[in-house]
Amino acid sequence: MKLTINGVEREVDAPPDMPLLWVLRDLVGLTGTKFGCGIAQCGACTVHLDGAPRRSCVTPASAAVGKAITTIEGLSPDGRHSVQRAWAELDVVQCGYCQSGQIMSAAALLAARPDPSDADIDAAMTGNICRCGTYQRIRAAVHRAAALAKGGVS
Amino acid sequence: MNEVTTPSRREFLKTGALVSGGLVIAFVVPGAKRFAAAQVPSARRGFAPNAFLRVGSDDSVTVLLAHSEMGQGIWTALPMLIAEELDADWSKIKVEHADAAPVYAHTAFGIQMTGGSTSTWSEFDRYRQAGATARALLVRAAAQRFGVKPADCRTENGVVIAGNQRARYGELAAAAATLLPPKTVPLKDPKDWKIIGKPTKRLDTPEKITGRAQFGMDVRFPGLLTAVVARSPVFGGRVRSFDATAAKAIPGVRKVVQVPTGVAVVADHFWAAKLGRDALKIDWDLGPHATLDSTALREQFRKLADTTGTLAAEAGNVADALGKANKTIEAEYAVPYLAHAPMEPENCTVRIGPGKCEIWTGTQFQTLDQQLAARITGLSPSQVEVHTTFLGGGFGRRANPTSDFVSEAVQVAKAANAPVKTVWTREDDVHGGYYRPAYLHRARIGLGTDGLPVAWRHTVVGQSILVGTPFEPFLVKNGIDATSVEGVSDSPYLKEIPNHRLDLHSPKTGIPVLWWRSVGHSHTAFVTESLIDELAQAAGKDPVEYRRALLKNHRRHLGVLNLAVEKAGWDRRLPEGRARGVAVHESFGSFAAQVAEVSVEDGRIRVHRVVCAIDCGIAVNPETIAAQMESGIAFGLGAALHSALHFKDGRVQESNYHDYRVLRMNEMPVVEVHIVPSTEKPGGIGEVGVPPIAPAVANAVAALTGQRLRELPLRLNG
Repeated sequence: MKLTINGVEREVDAPPDMPLLWVLRDLVGLTGTKFGCGIAQCGACTVHLDGAPRRSCVTPASAAVGKAITTIEGLSPDGRHSVQRAWAELDVVQCGYCQSGQIMSAAALLAARPDPSDADIDAAMTGNICRCGTYQRIRAAVHRAAALAKGGVS
Repeated sequence: MNEVTTPSRREFLKTGALVSGGLVIAFVVPGAKRFAAAQVPSARRGFAPNAFLRVGSDDSVTVLLAHSEMGQGIWTALPMLIAEELDADWSKIKVEHADAAPVYAHTAFGIQMTGGSTSTWSEFDRYRQAGATARALLVRAAAQRFGVKPADCRTENGVVIAGNQRARYGELAAAAATLLPPKTVPLKDPKDWKIIGKPTKRLDTPEKITGRAQFGMDVRFPGLLTAVVARSPVFGGRVRSFDATAAKAIPGVRKVVQVPTGVAVVADHFWAAKLGRDALKIDWDLGPHATLDSTALREQFRKLADTTGTLAAEAGNVADALGKANKTIEAEYAVPYLAHAPMEPENCTVRIGPGKCEIWTGTQFQTLDQQLAARITGLSPSQVEVHTTFLGGGFGRRANPTSDFVSEAVQVAKAANAPVKTVWTREDDVHGGYYRPAYLHRARIGLGTDGLPVAWRHTVVGQSILVGTPFEPFLVKNGIDATSVEGVSDSPYLKEIPNHRLDLHSPKTGIPVLWWRSVGHSHTAFVTESLIDELAQAAGKDPVEYRRALLKNHRRHLGVLNLAVEKAGWDRRLPEGRARGVAVHESFGSFAAQVAEVSVEDGRIRVHRVVCAIDCGIAVNPETIAAQMESGIAFGLGAALHSALHFKDGRVQESNYHDYRVLRMNEMPVVEVHIVPSTEKPGGIGEVGVPPIAPAVANAVAALTGQRLRELPLRLNG
């Protein structure tokens, strides 16, 4: 099947029901998207399909055909998306394993709601688990990213 | 220069300089062999890594970590120690995990490992000395070049300066590499510190926000296969026979091999391996633990608590004193088995070649991994290379006495005769054992006429995490596993009570158990700090005043207690429907107090705000300390509100994050961290934030609702 990943069209030889997560990680070699639970409970595998956040561990690769797939590697060309800059400014990460998914969920939230409330953040981010408990900094960084984006600097 | 340079050392340093194109700071560990090069297994980086840093001709300073970065921030804190003494340019610091080698043995424990909240304090001298040694050599090289005395040189931001002359460290590296390191180096006076004590941003952020950071799960190379293993549904079970026909029919499945822990399906990628594993038909001999049952275990623990156990601590005559007490309080507390459930499920990549076994994984226990892999492959430990990746969380799980996920992966690669990454699913992780043991505590405490305790009888029942492991001879004394009772046996309260007795029962159950972030303190703080509130209530006293009276001889406990309650505004009124609770606890050489503010919404406990005071001695990186307190509170709060494992018919009933619940974003309280300024030697940080949160919340719930909840996770009645 043909998949468009981070703007690049790729031919992958995968069974249609193979989760997109494993196509990305094991066939394409994009390992930034993480495996945490396999049942859409932790959000570590979050990618964007046509801009919307999706749990790639339960998304069959065939469902992504014809859609623009964006992974953490393709979120920005230089790692300077407003969300990434806010994450760096507020020293969010700890072990870092969940952060690709956190960042992809946050970026999708901000694309849909440029000025999210705390309730919006709870609604959009509660599906992303962080065992290091970086939630407080994530919340602050989402607000900070919103401000950075509004400043026209994103 | 008046030292005599021995040929071997000169040659060693020259080799280092030649191969790495810069200065390698050889650093001799006190008490260790002077040159560990011969024992060093890896030439991967092209030089003998008896070193903690190297200075490149490009001015880069690469710090080699003897410990593993698993979120706790040593990727930044240990380089700070070196950079401080080296006067390095912080923007030129690079960091790598050191491969396993004897030279990287823990300064206190003697094996290469990460755990016990020890990395920063145990390296506080060694890493500063490594930086100071490098600086001394660079200064001598500069002095020779400038034609001045070393004493006439000063260093600043990666440059040696004498008068008008300047040389960057990179320019001096090759010359410095030919000099003999001084035997001793002076360290800076703390008043001159520029980096230690300054809030410093993490150095691993750029990789971790772009998906570039390499975790064990991300290891890839041509020819690498992936395995998923079917393990016994009951601990101690064995494969009787299996049918792999259906598994082998899955496209991408290459091999199905039996290993001591079960049956491994080896495939081109994870998905095929997982489908193959699920298609296996296995006849298990379930062994002796197929009737394990949580309810029955609880009853067994209760019966044990009725009997006299092994004496763990005693003073005075507790029976007498209880008989004479003005008032007695009796209570039973319980906590469940817990999984660590780090975000990155266990995994390990192994390639066995002629005379060599290479391992890539996120591990907390390199030396043991190396030894066990050597035993399995028939190689010597020095032929086993352990390459540490980032850890997607550890919390103790990746340091266990059998190195289960490493040993099994070596078995799989050996049986498959191919390089294999063995990957666990989340269900495999939750079912895989090495849990924080369940414990039952029973206490009977007598109060005097002033309301203060005069007698404290305490019994702890729960599995030992050390008995039967290689650590037993060192850490189990007189039948007491100190990790089962730490936090009670050394409690400042107990010390102040003239009549006390602590008993321990360590039943065996067949469930593999292990340290879980904060180890014994994860349950003893909950019990003791809840009990203190019970006593305060029985005495009709404010819980803070009551603690102050009991802790009057414990300066650092009092310090954090007073700071936390002051910052929380303990005496200020809260809105209707909210209440505060407090707890203070020492662990890992540090002291933490927390005030939690809670409400009950729709029958659920909601924690709004936690004010935390921490005294960890010298605060090396205050930014990390704040982050670790936030982290410990979130980790402990998840366990306090949600997490528990249950057994039925020998099987763990929970399987993934939907039923083994942990804290999520919508439950995260606002956390404020206040650090006590201190010149005491550094203590631990990674685990210290965990112990006080459960009792602080339970105490707040009791204040709000009148319900004293004596079991974790906390469940309101009705």
